Amino acid sequence: MVTSKTSVSVLFAGDSGDGMQLTGTQFANTVAVYGSDLNTFPNFPSEIRAPAGTISGVSGFQLQFGSESVYTPGAKFDVMIAMNAAALKANLKNLHHGGIIIANTDGFDAKNLNLSGYGEGNSPLEDGTLSDYTVFEVPVISLVRKALADTGLSTKNIDRCKNMFVLGILYWLYSLPIETTIETLKSKFKNKQDVADANIKAVQAGYNFGDETEMFSQHGRYEVGPAKKKPGVYRRVTGNEASAIGLTAAAKKAGLELFLGSYPITPASEILQTLSGLKKWGVKTFQAEDELAGVLTSIGASYGGALAATNTSGPGLALKSEALGLAMILEIPLVVINVQRGGPSTGLPTKPEQSDLFIAMFGRHGDAPVPVIAATSPVDCFYAAYEASKIAVEYMTPVICLTDGYLALSSEPMLVPSPEELASITPKFAKERKQDDPPYLPYKRDERNVRDWAIPGTSGLEHRIGGLEKQHETGNVSHDPLNHELMTKLRCEKVDRVADIIPDLAIDNGPEQGDLLVLGWGSTYGAIKIAVEEAIKGGCSVAHAHLRHIHPFPKNLGEILGNYKKVLMPENNSGQLIHLIRDKFQIEPIGFSKVQGLPFNEMEIEAKITDILKEL
Amino acid sequence: MTDTLSKLTAKDFTSDQTPKWCPGCGDHAVLQQLKSAMAELGLKTEEVVVVSGIGCSSRLPYYISTYGVHGIHGRALPVASGLKTARPELSVWVGTGDGDALSIGGNHYIHAVRRNLDLNVILFNNEIYGLTKGQYSPTSKVGLKTVTSPNGVIDYPMNTIALTLGSGGTFVARVMDRDGKFMRDVFKRAAEHKGTSVVEIYQNCPIYNDGAFDVFTDRERKPDTTLYLEQGQPLIFGANKDKGIKLDGFNPIVVDLNNASVSRDDLWIHDEKDMVKANMLARFYDDPDASEDFLPRPFGIFYVEDRFVYEDALDKQIEAAQAKGEGTLEELLAGNNTWTI
Repeated sequence: MVTSKTSVSVLFAGDSGDGMQLTGTQFANTVAVYGSDLNTFPNFPSEIRAPAGTISGVSGFQLQFGSESVYTPGAKFDVMIAMNAAALKANLKNLHHGGIIIANTDGFDAKNLNLSGYGEGNSPLEDGTLSDYTVFEVPVISLVRKALADTGLSTKNIDRCKNMFVLGILYWLYSLPIETTIETLKSKFKNKQDVADANIKAVQAGYNFGDETEMFSQHGRYEVGPAKKKPGVYRRVTGNEASAIGLTAAAKKAGLELFLGSYPITPASEILQTLSGLKKWGVKTFQAEDELAGVLTSIGASYGGALAATNTSGPGLALKSEALGLAMILEIPLVVINVQRGGPSTGLPTKPEQSDLFIAMFGRHGDAPVPVIAATSPVDCFYAAYEASKIAVEYMTPVICLTDGYLALSSEPMLVPSPEELASITPKFAKERKQDDPPYLPYKRDERNVRDWAIPGTSGLEHRIGGLEKQHETGNVSHDPLNHELMTKLRCEKVDRVADIIPDLAIDNGPEQGDLLVLGWGSTYGAIKIAVEEAIKGGCSVAHAHLRHIHPFPKNLGEILGNYKKVLMPENNSGQLIHLIRDKFQIEPIGFSKVQGLPFNEMEIEAKITDILKEL
Repeated sequence: MTDTLSKLTAKDFTSDQTPKWCPGCGDHAVLQQLKSAMAELGLKTEEVVVVSGIGCSSRLPYYISTYGVHGIHGRALPVASGLKTARPELSVWVGTGDGDALSIGGNHYIHAVRRNLDLNVILFNNEIYGLTKGQYSPTSKVGLKTVTSPNGVIDYPMNTIALTLGSGGTFVARVMDRDGKFMRDVFKRAAEHKGTSVVEIYQNCPIYNDGAFDVFTDRERKPDTTLYLEQGQPLIFGANKDKGIKLDGFNPIVVDLNNASVSRDDLWIHDEKDMVKANMLARFYDDPDASEDFLPRPFGIFYVEDRFVYEDALDKQIEAAQAKGEGTLEELLAGNNTWTI
């Protein structure tokens, strides 16, 4: 018996050492190659090796796949793999009522029960706690040891294959092929034939276990078909990988060298890590001594003519503030990718939040606006980084690109664009001058207020620039009061004019006019998308628009806001974008904050929409 | 504007901005020698970038007709490091001070020195904060009375040379603003050294710390308080060149060459490649005013080491990665793992 499903959300949960991230990634690859749409999210403790068997040591990998578009890893899971008692205890609250639990009974012994807090003799598998769920009890360790007894591997190494056994069961349960994983294992362990063989055997044994065991065969299997996606070549990317590739693609397209000055920080480090591996594309990464040097080396590289970027998260952005003011007044291109996390201070390093909007907008002394854009999905991190680079180079300005820990670590399929589809990026370099040419004016501007990029090594363009106020056009140090006012105005207007090249805000879903507009920004896209879809299905007059350009705003934003009776603004902060909207348009939107270090789920937003519309 | 055929002079390195340093400031002399050194090195104005932080000395770039960046306080070295990494072919010079490099920029300083990019660092040490009007600096002497130490400085001063050697410096030198030709020659050696070259300059601030280095510059006292290092030569000083430095075990001692029992052959021979001796020389840090029993203060090149430079090592890694061709945009976008729908 095979039951068809449009989407399924799965959680792989176990101890940090149980290989849950690897297992989840394998499952995601298989699903992707099979053709379903998907979205993944890892959930792990900030400690590298928290005590085994305890709640704080639980590592999870969540994934939703479907035959229709999937925008989030799922608010709740349909099925949960619990490798031990702590994994079950930590995650049970997020399992759908009636959902499936595949429990490794070997992880529910007296020791694990004690460590998890259930207590010896109080196994949730036996005391009725799980009576509302479908529970498959599988003694995974015992079964793996039996299946791999003749491999000659040590018991320790055999036990390490337990996650592959579980993966095999899942492939059977969701009617998925095991070949993708077998191929991966072969190439991953190509120098360790015995390990490769054992892992492959474990996947097959798990699959067969599903096929041959009565409890599974009586329950039956599920099938989630491939999604109707645009034909083309796909890859899977996390937000951080996408950001790194976006920067590199922008450099290639602009004909520039990419330089990244950076200091490791959670959850942004993978951007530095990914780029440090892209030397084949000529990428230069510089792991600096601190956050300040991270951005300042980039400022130096930008002065030298590279597409320069830096990546960081909240505490690092705070440290970079002074340097960003320098880049702003120097008027050189610089891309800052800020992967937001829970703040203030060290806050919640591994948890997402959208609370760096204010510091991105206002976190510099003096009148120092910079363009701010925000990515909406893991794939969009690519396009946001690319667009940030384009604006930075073409407007000679630092640009802050906001992503967050949720987008950074989530993954989804990306339709691989062709180089021609990517927007052109055109640096405006000042040209070499001969002896008789008039003197070079480093702060002479074009009609957009943008100055030229004069690269050291070019004859006749020798010039000195710095953080001191500059005289209009000549760039010489000037303390003249009216000149300072003029330069301040010219710099601010230049940033405002970025609005000339950003697209109008589009209504993502719903009517052009109506009762309620849900206006989001950044990583809330998926949750709002689904919530609004559901509300529309339920007959509500509600629309969804999502802001990518926070500064400057799209030119038609005011007009759109005026087309609805009410505006709802969900944000993973205490209400930051809402301040900007109120200030700029003098309207009173309804704020909706969630500050728990967790993304919104669609149900929360849908409930809020229903509440508001009831009162209208 | 550079005529590439004829060699430039110091005048060609002079910008159209008038230096705004106080009359009598040691910075004027440094600027002049620096421009002369650049000319004598055969540099072209368009291939030189002077990067600085904040402070009196950090106004340096405005007065040199090359490319220049006047950055923010303490941060000249990371700006210069990023620039040099991106553009290894440029001649990058850093102008910084004792406050800029050693206090607010201390972290950048030690890391830039160990990383060993091919930078030339001119560290103006006047043992005071000048631009902020006379507060004590990390190199101010204990007891110095300033606006923020009315009862005398109780911060123990930093020893620039020892710090630089300890950070893994590959070219470490000290000069005085009064020693024009000597300073210029050291600048040239610094520029020719492949790696981060640090030249500490004792520079007099006539306004807030006038006479800080008189003990080394005063005509009467200089011969006894200073020791000029010359490669391969014995350490000899004194008005009559009759004092020498000798190692007594691990202890450097001053010996009287007039004494018949002392042979010149026993003297310490300066070897700028000898790290152990360089570290000992760095500790010749006595205050001649504090006691009669002092070692003279060394000037010149303490230490030189040939070591790989960061930007070349990075370029080599990139070359190796591109041995089978540079990555294309198509390859970048597709990655290693794709599927087709």
